[in-house]
Amino acid sequence: MNIVKSLLAAGLLALVPAVAITQQAIAQDAAAPVAAPAESAAVPADSAANAAAPAAETVAAPERMKPTPGIGMPQPGEYKIQEQFSPTGRQALWMHNNLLLPVITVISLFVLGLMLFIMVRFRRAANPNPSKTSHNTLIEIIWTVVPVLILVVIAVPSISLIAEQYKPAPKDALTVKITGYQWYWGYEFPDQGIPEYVSNILPPEKALENGEPNLLAVDNRLVLPVGRPIKLIITGADVIHSFAVPALWFKLDAVPGRLNERAIMIEKPGVYYGQCSELCGIKHGFMPIAIEARPEAEWEQWVRSQGGDPKGKAGAAAATTAAAPAPAAPAKI
Amino acid sequence: MTTIAADAHGHAHDHHDADHKPAFFARWFMSTNHKDIGTLYLIFAIIAGIIGGGISGLMRAELAQPGIQYLQTWAQMMEGPDADITKAYHLWNVLITAHGLIMVFFMVMPAIIGGFGNWFVPIMIGAPDMAFPRMNNISFWLLIPAFLLLLGSTFVPGGAGNGAGTGWTVYAPLSTSGSPGPAVDMAILSLHLAGASSILGAINFITTIFNMRAPGMTLHKMPLFVWSVLVTAFLLLLALPVLAAAITMLLTDRNFGTVFYDGLKGGDPELYQHLFWFFGHPEVYIMILPGFGIVSQIVSTFSRKPVFGYLGMAYAMVAIGVVGFVVWAHHMYTTGMSVNVKMYFTAATMVIAVPTGVKIFSWIATMWGGSLSFKTPMVWALGFIFMFTVGGVTGVVLANGGVDDVMHDTYYVVAHFHYVLSLGAVFSLFAGFYYWFPKMTGRMYSEVLGQLHFWIFFIGVNVLFFPMHFLGLSGMPRRYPDYPEAFAYWNKIASHGYEIMSVGVLIWFVNIIWSLTAGRKAEGNPWGDGATTLEWTLSSPPPYHQFETLPVIEDSAHH
Repeated sequence: MNIVKSLLAAGLLALVPAVAITQQAIAQDAAAPVAAPAESAAVPADSAANAAAPAAETVAAPERMKPTPGIGMPQPGEYKIQEQFSPTGRQALWMHNNLLLPVITVISLFVLGLMLFIMVRFRRAANPNPSKTSHNTLIEIIWTVVPVLILVVIAVPSISLIAEQYKPAPKDALTVKITGYQWYWGYEFPDQGIPEYVSNILPPEKALENGEPNLLAVDNRLVLPVGRPIKLIITGADVIHSFAVPALWFKLDAVPGRLNERAIMIEKPGVYYGQCSELCGIKHGFMPIAIEARPEAEWEQWVRSQGGDPKGKAGAAAATTAAAPAPAAPAKI
Repeated sequence: MTTIAADAHGHAHDHHDADHKPAFFARWFMSTNHKDIGTLYLIFAIIAGIIGGGISGLMRAELAQPGIQYLQTWAQMMEGPDADITKAYHLWNVLITAHGLIMVFFMVMPAIIGGFGNWFVPIMIGAPDMAFPRMNNISFWLLIPAFLLLLGSTFVPGGAGNGAGTGWTVYAPLSTSGSPGPAVDMAILSLHLAGASSILGAINFITTIFNMRAPGMTLHKMPLFVWSVLVTAFLLLLALPVLAAAITMLLTDRNFGTVFYDGLKGGDPELYQHLFWFFGHPEVYIMILPGFGIVSQIVSTFSRKPVFGYLGMAYAMVAIGVVGFVVWAHHMYTTGMSVNVKMYFTAATMVIAVPTGVKIFSWIATMWGGSLSFKTPMVWALGFIFMFTVGGVTGVVLANGGVDDVMHDTYYVVAHFHYVLSLGAVFSLFAGFYYWFPKMTGRMYSEVLGQLHFWIFFIGVNVLFFPMHFLGLSGMPRRYPDYPEAFAYWNKIASHGYEIMSVGVLIWFVNIIWSLTAGRKAEGNPWGDGATTLEWTLSSPPPYHQFETLPVIEDSAHH
């Protein structure tokens, strides 16, 4: 929260860029020691050593997940939408690939075909005397009504897709608060008692070392459980950002002064990358998103490693936070 | 379509008056002549297009491969040798902002409305000039300071570096608290002036078309180009004041402590987006509707057939204009709007496809049964019809709010709007340029160079923009100076497309210079009996003042 406040103050002083860069530099410095022993497997002492005030319980974070090539990230030379890993994502992908894409392809080819036919059949050499026809009510009605019908066919699944995407999260959904900053993301699990931690882009050499795609890899990922409804609450701290993850068919703006909420469900474990999708200043292209989706048990282990309580609701969470004011050990790398 | 009863050359004396031109300075700097002002607009648009197109060349060079190759060097050229990487990133945002603003406000609009509209609307309705010639003059001359303000803004601080780096949409709060320094203020004032210029022009066109039609030229006999400019003028008149209001509030938020767009003090950044797109969506029809008009004239001329379904064509444009005002929030699907709002805007947006389809099919029906000749203007018009169809159908995909979530703010959107603008509006501009070049200059262009220009440009822009669909589908966001390795393949191809396209543009310049110096003298009507509108009844170029005796349009077999 301190970061939020100082950034807001900076905004008022119209000094956002300068201060934010400093903030980011600090954040990156803080993350750097954690990032160093990337190769060594789970070392409990490591995360504890980096926490300013060691938490009472030291649970090892699960080993950092390796991304699967071609999953949750763009592929070289790709010409289609990324494979989807959420129910609404699969529904939307089906609609695009099996309804919209065929319809627009057929319409484009139909127009092209008509034009080529006309250009050959009615060229001046082949048809020296033009007809004077300038009306045909029937055909005008047809080319108004047929497109209307096509659009109705598109509109029905389209509207139900929107309804599906907007289904509110059930009561037992996991709540995650996501805040966009210039130029990094902050993730918080309020019910689990995990205070906001910062997620920064990894420098190219670090990404390479980790076997992750450059400009998509981050130091501290957003770790989420698989197969469970998740409520994302998204806001912006300074300017508008947009939280986007193509493999989950998810994009929602992070608007200062607004809480945008949407439910998602991730179907398979994996690392899913995304990038900020609303112009937010100089490092708009350098604040990627990485979601690490884990089976429930591993996710719980991760929550404990962060000093949180996986089952925790308000009471327990508040106690944990009070006992350990700075359990901000970021996800281990 | 129309026949003229009056003798255009009534008296030798009239003819002498009609061709009396003022001296150079009075003629070009104090002009009240619609044709001279139209020429000024066209020259202005070409200069702005060279600058805006050059900027896109810089962007394609930087994007040709992953990593930052040139930006820092350019930043050092602009801001001195100690410009760091943040200044380079800021320069990127300045480039995308300038490219968008220049192409929209200082290239397409001046060319298609100010240029061709000024030149041919009065002639096509049989009027001697525009209704308010002096207002016409100020319309043009407001654009000069507007453009200078925008260009000048790149040399003053705008946040991390010089220039306004907000994107052409100038979203708050990036454009308020996020961009200290005078650059964004200058860009806003530039938009104010350009907007005032367009509003004055719109008033002029509406008045001219409603009041100055020649005897017998009823609304339903007006050429479709005039219809298109009339609808466009109404869109301008209704949309631009909203933009002016939106950016005025930006100015007061920036400078006078108001909080219209500050969510933390009771304002709302979304308010700006709603206001901007209430202007911005009609704006895209402002850019394309006159192109529809131009293409209708050309298709009819080179098919030697009247336009098929004239009334349907005219009222399809009216329908597009009306519906265009109630679909704006499809630009904002990811802002967190409520589910009902999103459903409404999805349905409303798809409705636009219907009148647009009517236009595409009516052009095809106009050609059906015609006697087609493939002169340069016609090939550009044919290219327009197909490319606009491709750009239109991807618009239907994006209209679906639920599907749009994955494409919003990706290169799919960039591909979509460049297909309707860079391959739509710009194709119609080239079509109109070649179609009316003989009329405006009195000389024929080179047919060989014109065809060459078309084919090279056509291949170039398709190689440039079609791969952007793929980039967008696989997830590449817009407005990024650098991208993950996976996007390298199609980006490289797109940059080669730019190279091809720019060769096409060079051929166009050669054609202009060659035609103006060595082109064959053009007769009054170089296009034969398919060209039925009034401009072809005049000499090429037309007399300095035409129709001192008004033509009378007889009710011949029209439609």
